[in-house]
Amino acid sequence: MDFNHTETRRMLADTIERYLRDKYPLAARVEAGNNAPGFQQAHYDGLAELGVIAALFEEDHGGFGGEGFDIAVVFEELGKRLVNEPVLDCALVPGTIFAATGQTDTLEEVIAGSARYALAAEEPQALYDLSDVDTSAEPSGDVHALTGTKTVVKYASGCTGFIVSARTAKGISLFLVAADAVNLRDYTTADGGTASELTLKAAPGTLLGDDGAGGALLQKATDRAIVGICAEALGIMQTIREMTIEYLQTRKQFGVPIGKFQALQHRMADVLLEIEQARSAVINAANALGSDAADRARIIAATKYSIGRIGRMVAEESIQMHGGIGMTWEYDLGHYAKRLIMIDHEWGDQDFHLARFIDLGKAA
Amino acid sequence: MDLNFTQEEQAFRTEVRDWLAANLPKDLATITRNDAPLSKKDMLRWQLILHDKGWLTYDWPTEFGGTGWDVVKQFIFEDEMARACAPRLLPFGLKMLAPVLMKFGSKAQQDHYLPRMCDGTDWWCQGYSEPGAGSDLASLKTAAVRDGDHYIVNGQKTWTTLGQHADWIFCLVRTSTEGKRQEGISFLLIDMKTPGIDVRPIRTIDGGHEVNEVFFSDVKVPAENLVGEENKGWTYAKYLLTHERTNIAGVGKSNQELNRLKSLARNQKRGGKPLAEDPLFAARMARVEIALMNMEVTNMRVLADVAGGGAPGSESSMLKILGTEIEQELTDLTRRALGRSAQALTPEVDEPGYNGPHVTPDGFQHAAEVYFNHRKTTIYGGSNEIQKNIITKMITGL
Ligand SMILES: Cc1cc2nc3c(=O)[nH]c(=O)nc-3n(C[C@H](O)[C@H](O)[C@H](O)COP(=O)(O)OP(=O)(O)OC[C@H]3O[C@@H](n4cnc5c(N)ncnc54)[C@H](O)[C@@H]3O)c2cc1C
Repeated sequence: MDFNHTETRRMLADTIERYLRDKYPLAARVEAGNNAPGFQQAHYDGLAELGVIAALFEEDHGGFGGEGFDIAVVFEELGKRLVNEPVLDCALVPGTIFAATGQTDTLEEVIAGSARYALAAEEPQALYDLSDVDTSAEPSGDVHALTGTKTVVKYASGCTGFIVSARTAKGISLFLVAADAVNLRDYTTADGGTASELTLKAAPGTLLGDDGAGGALLQKATDRAIVGICAEALGIMQTIREMTIEYLQTRKQFGVPIGKFQALQHRMADVLLEIEQARSAVINAANALGSDAADRARIIAATKYSIGRIGRMVAEESIQMHGGIGMTWEYDLGHYAKRLIMIDHEWGDQDFHLARFIDLGKAA
Repeated sequence: MDLNFTQEEQAFRTEVRDWLAANLPKDLATITRNDAPLSKKDMLRWQLILHDKGWLTYDWPTEFGGTGWDVVKQFIFEDEMARACAPRLLPFGLKMLAPVLMKFGSKAQQDHYLPRMCDGTDWWCQGYSEPGAGSDLASLKTAAVRDGDHYIVNGQKTWTTLGQHADWIFCLVRTSTEGKRQEGISFLLIDMKTPGIDVRPIRTIDGGHEVNEVFFSDVKVPAENLVGEENKGWTYAKYLLTHERTNIAGVGKSNQELNRLKSLARNQKRGGKPLAEDPLFAARMARVEIALMNMEVTNMRVLADVAGGGAPGSESSMLKILGTEIEQELTDLTRRALGRSAQALTPEVDEPGYNGPHVTPDGFQHAAEVYFNHRKTTIYGGSNEIQKNIITKMITGL
């Protein structure tokens, strides 16, 4: 057994770490997160140039990685610095679908960072269930005409196009829709980014992959997204961990560092061991992505559940242990905590995945 | 044992409920129900309506213009106010400073300040905490040095809630550095318009502005603004803290939030079924409902004890811990029940003429902000860790 990353992955992590440490102040990130498109284009380009996006895809598809551990390495580093450039939403997820459906040219643009796409799959009534699709797709000449509403499409503003799920006679299918064919209503998100409501009125869409194959494609994209977002959460937890330990060592009340109070020591111990559990969950999921093991779905569900539960605990405990300071906008911790909590609102929350885990267990 | 309210108490409840139905402005109830921010004007508007009715000072003794209601009636009143979504009354003047003035203030101070805090002339804020003095409040450093018939105040207060609106601040200041730290503290009333006071906003993680830093440089405060005796301020501050107990658990508010959550969970669907029928979510809601039910009885037991002349003990600490944990859990579940839409941040949604997107079900647009903002409840007013220290110390004597 070997829990060390390969030399290549370690180098990739170092490169990202160095870039972000030198060039990525949190204040600018927070500021950018409050206005469309919700991030800094220069950094998106910068990350693409470093090969961050290429690392998420296999050589056959123009990348140099693509395995679960590549995804995990990248997003853990991005999480540590609370990066909100939409590598996950606008590259990993659409890229995965392009790779699976043979859209080589489009994928090439995604990897280069010259084009951004977003997945518009969740509907207002669906509560995380991507198979709950009301959007319809009617054949119309070479294309389909799509009608429906998609909710919380992250970083939609400025995208080149969208991958939209819709129902055809054969079931859920995915379509590529140009940006100018949809209507967007943008807003900011609680964790410092943007999202949009996306509406389609007979918008022309080009079928991606087979008619009716949308469910399987979404599953593949979701599995990879969950590995990415859980690794991001792990990176965030690590930063929170460092900040909180330092605070416990330096903040004095009653003449001693507050870390001397056993009440806080034990809670910090709980935080520390739960973060290790989170790390194991992420490793497990990253590994499961590569195998066709029957329990892959169960591991992915278990991981997202774990991250949701542990993420909340780490966010809440770290704010509490910081006292009033933890509540302030000026202090970095709160921004990390907000993203960590919001991660539970993406790709299915902890209850959604716990239920899924239970269901999959019944079938096994 | 009789867990029921007496007939008289029930009649009183009906009276309060009917009056609220007729007199609580609908727009204020809506803002409160939706957890949207209340402006100073809104808060004062409601305060004056209550004042006209004679219920603003419902928990004051009659000699100072209070209603003379016993603790049970006070509880019923607060409960009904919360259920009706009446704006919360700011505690700083009415519930914190007032009891201190009534017990330790001079006649002149009582006559001057008490009516003014009722009719809205003076908006008060609380100046206890300092950057270095949080849980360890007695380590406070803001100095007040006597100079003839004035004190000269220098130092810094922080976390001053709504200080940006305040006309006056009641402060704990250091008047002596000799002896025990607690013995050199005094209780001083300071006009916020005095030269040398600088109020700077602190933005909280939810993006809001409700707390401030307050800087004092050579602020001249008339000596008659000292409450009680010099160096006895700690006693008054402690009196203030053990005083307020009927509503610390926030039973009414939590019941109201629970009902709101339940209706949300009935309307939200997961897998085609109402979220309220999702076994995991239903279990989470049931757990907090049971905790709330139990706390309600705990609260009543404390009330009965106080009504029967019982001495203040660790109950307020227990109620604070229970109340804030339940409140936080409810804000967490509400956020979760919204699914992805909880991510949308549209703080302007309540402003007239807003025509941006409505992503979240009506009335729940602030759920994530409320969740993050409510992290404060286990930190302020003496953190829950400090409350636990108090409980064990009182009960074990260790
Ligand atoms: C939103 C908000 C509004 C506020 N409004 C006001 C106001 O209007 N006026 C005012 O004067 N103050 C106000 N406060 C201040 C509040 O009372 C303090 O934040 C609180 O007393 C905690 O102090 P601190 O923030 O310095 O945390 P610290 O005292 O530094 O505590 C940090 C952590 O250490 C823990 N800790 C400290 N000592 C111990 C111990 N002995 N044992 C175990 N754990 C311990 C705490 O529980 C906390 O988790 C407000 C605070 C907030 C967040």
